Amino acid sequence: MDISGVDIIRAASLLGAGLAMGFGAIGPGIGEGYAAGRACEAIGRNPKEAGMLTRTMILGQAISESTGIYALVVALLLIFVV
Amino acid sequence: MALEVEILVKGAAYIGAGFSVGLGAVGAGIGEGYTAGFATQAISYQPEKTGDVLKNMLIGQALAESAGIFALVIAMLLVLMDFGSTTMTAVALAGAGICMGFGAMGPGIGAGFPAGMACEGIGRQPGAGGSITNTMLIGSAICQTSAIYSMVIALMLMFLDFSSRAFNPNAAALFGAALSTGMAAIGSGIGEGMSAGGAIRTIARQPDSTGRATANMLVAQAVAETPAIFGLLISLIMMFKVYPDSHTIIIAASLLGAGFSMGLGGIGPGIGSGMAGEFALDWFGRSEDTSGLLTRTMLVGQAISQSTAIYAMVIALVLIFVI
Repeated sequence: MDISGVDIIRAASLLGAGLAMGFGAIGPGIGEGYAAGRACEAIGRNPKEAGMLTRTMILGQAISESTGIYALVVALLLIFVV
Repeated sequence: MALEVEILVKGAAYIGAGFSVGLGAVGAGIGEGYTAGFATQAISYQPEKTGDVLKNMLIGQALAESAGIFALVIAMLLVLMDFGSTTMTAVALAGAGICMGFGAMGPGIGAGFPAGMACEGIGRQPGAGGSITNTMLIGSAICQTSAIYSMVIALMLMFLDFSSRAFNPNAAALFGAALSTGMAAIGSGIGEGMSAGGAIRTIARQPDSTGRATANMLVAQAVAETPAIFGLLISLIMMFKVYPDSHTIIIAASLLGAGFSMGLGGIGPGIGSGMAGEFALDWFGRSEDTSGLLTRTMLVGQAISQSTAIYAMVIALVLIFVI
């Protein structure tokens, strides 16, 4: 098995894509879950404000998602563009 | 230094055994300690309930132990059994140990939550002891399912014959399969345990909400289970898709990347969905009218939390099929 420089780069980029999306999914997953949990608690305390609370939850989760999207973009770049 | 294949296989088996029982001990240790902590707290508040609390503590700890026992069994098999002697076997055995180790860690930690909350709840509300223990058993058992997926993948890696396949890249496929199920089980195990803990806290507070709380606990745990199921799916795909021989390391790296992507990608969403379920279930029993609203919000929140697990699965599938 001859390993050329080009091969190493391609292999590294694919492995890196996997690591990027893998690690990148951890943070948003935990954070968005925590946001959802606290939102449920808030709705439990104050069901009348459910609409506002749900909207705030979704807004907060969208912002938390941003780094997950960065990870997805980099992973796709590493797979298809590099 | 020429390494004979038998030495490689034995070495890989022993390292795999180390990972298996070592990581498995992490989960059971943390979970059982957490349970004992809450048990002693409950006894300090209500010393006359010591008998009930101790009984539940021991049952709950036994459940947390079960994932550790799976890990021990796999480790013993790896140490004591004779396996074939190909380099493919070496990779498969190391992968089996790592898969079971990670797969036992999450459920072990997760089983501590329902058991701890059960001890606390029985201390506060011994009349509801039956419902609390039942829900603890159900919640913990569902928690252990991810450990069972990992054990199935580990046993398949150990006992199925892969030697007819080309080493490069199929060895990387096997190792990636091990990572995928093993690591994704961490998140699901911990998350489902958290949800079960929340459900038990509600039942202890309002014993008449037992039916609804248990039903919603199952729903929350089902969503938290999805990363483990994605992980299992990716593992099975990687184990059973046979790759032709390759002269480059590109496909091997891609398959390893797929394993890391799905494996690591299952951790966060599993924990997050479980946390969402825990808080939602905690507030569930306090008012009958809001339970529908709480369930809906919980499901929306959990679904958004699962989004990165789906990205991770898509990247894994791209790395498996498109490269």
